[in-house]
Amino acid sequence: MTLRSVAVETYRSALPPLLVSALGGLLAGAILGGMEGELAAVPGLLVVVPAFLAIRGSVYGSLGSRLSSALHQGLIRPELAYDERLARAVAAALLNGLAASLVAATLAVGLLRALGRTVAPWPTLALIALAGAAMAGIALVGTILVVVFLGYRRGANPDDLVGPAVTTAGDVFGMAALFLATRLALAVS
Amino acid sequence: MTMPGDWSVRSITRRLFPLLVALTCLELLGGLTLGSFEATLARYPSLLVLVPVTIGTAGNLGSVLSARLSTAFHLGLLSFEPTDERLGGNAVATLALAVSVFPLVGAGAWVVTWATGTATLPLGTVVAVALVSGAVLAVLAVLVTVVAAYGAYRFEADPDDVVIPVVTNVCDVLGVLVLFGAVRVVVG
Repeated sequence: MTLRSVAVETYRSALPPLLVSALGGLLAGAILGGMEGELAAVPGLLVVVPAFLAIRGSVYGSLGSRLSSALHQGLIRPELAYDERLARAVAAALLNGLAASLVAATLAVGLLRALGRTVAPWPTLALIALAGAAMAGIALVGTILVVVFLGYRRGANPDDLVGPAVTTAGDVFGMAALFLATRLALAVS
Repeated sequence: MTMPGDWSVRSITRRLFPLLVALTCLELLGGLTLGSFEATLARYPSLLVLVPVTIGTAGNLGSVLSARLSTAFHLGLLSFEPTDERLGGNAVATLALAVSVFPLVGAGAWVVTWATGTATLPLGTVVAVALVSGAVLAVLAVLVTVVAAYGAYRFEADPDDVVIPVVTNVCDVLGVLVLFGAVRVVVG
């Protein structure tokens, strides 16, 4: 084992998932790029974007990891049937995702006001955060269930799939949800 | 590790929520930085398209590196000497990955804006911004990971619990800061 062999092994192994994630990131970027109007109409929205995407990654990455471990331990079955544990894990993920997003929006408003920068009214950003979190959450729960259960049934190790799946889907669904939520908030205000 | 039966919404929340709040605060720093150059981003849509993928790739580089160092740590194979092959090899790989992926990402971002007719910067400039960001982020990711891993080792914490989440999220925020710096330097 030499420095070179370690470097080559890591490079070869990590490059494909990095590229796939990057593709997802570009898709998310394309959505953000198309949101110029919405960003201008809701000052402060851009500030919550990194936090919003990071929350998606953490919450649903954690859910995916939990489900994967549970499958390995035989605690749940890879079926889309009602299971108390599964229901609780999904509920916890959605709740935490919504709550953290609300915290993000609230802190953003507070910080921007303290810094004397323009920011949209709190109810607007709060609505965007909650609606976005709900929509992204539903999409991501669906994605995780499919990736983890199907992956497991096909003989793959879901541990390897969760990370890239959540990062990619989280960014794309996260940005799409944020876009839709902003349109919604602008329509009702 | 999850324990059987410890799946109540309350216990999951108790462990997850404080971390989420800490993460949110950290990410808001990146967000505020983005907000401070929002006008530049509006003027050059290719750069706006670069934002999620730069943050994401920076975070991924950090997580790949920290996961590998964590495994080496658990196997008792890691030493914190500059001549350690595992450390050196992974550091080199991180840099190589960054300079492979980031230019492609930059080109991709430019193509997106070109396809929608909103490209204002030349392809070369966007690729340069991406490449500069990637190279700097790779170096920072290595530094952050080594410091965090060493910290975990000194404080006898499990790197899986501490290093990976910390490094991933610090790299996310650094992604924004470095992108901002690269834009200032390359675009002006």
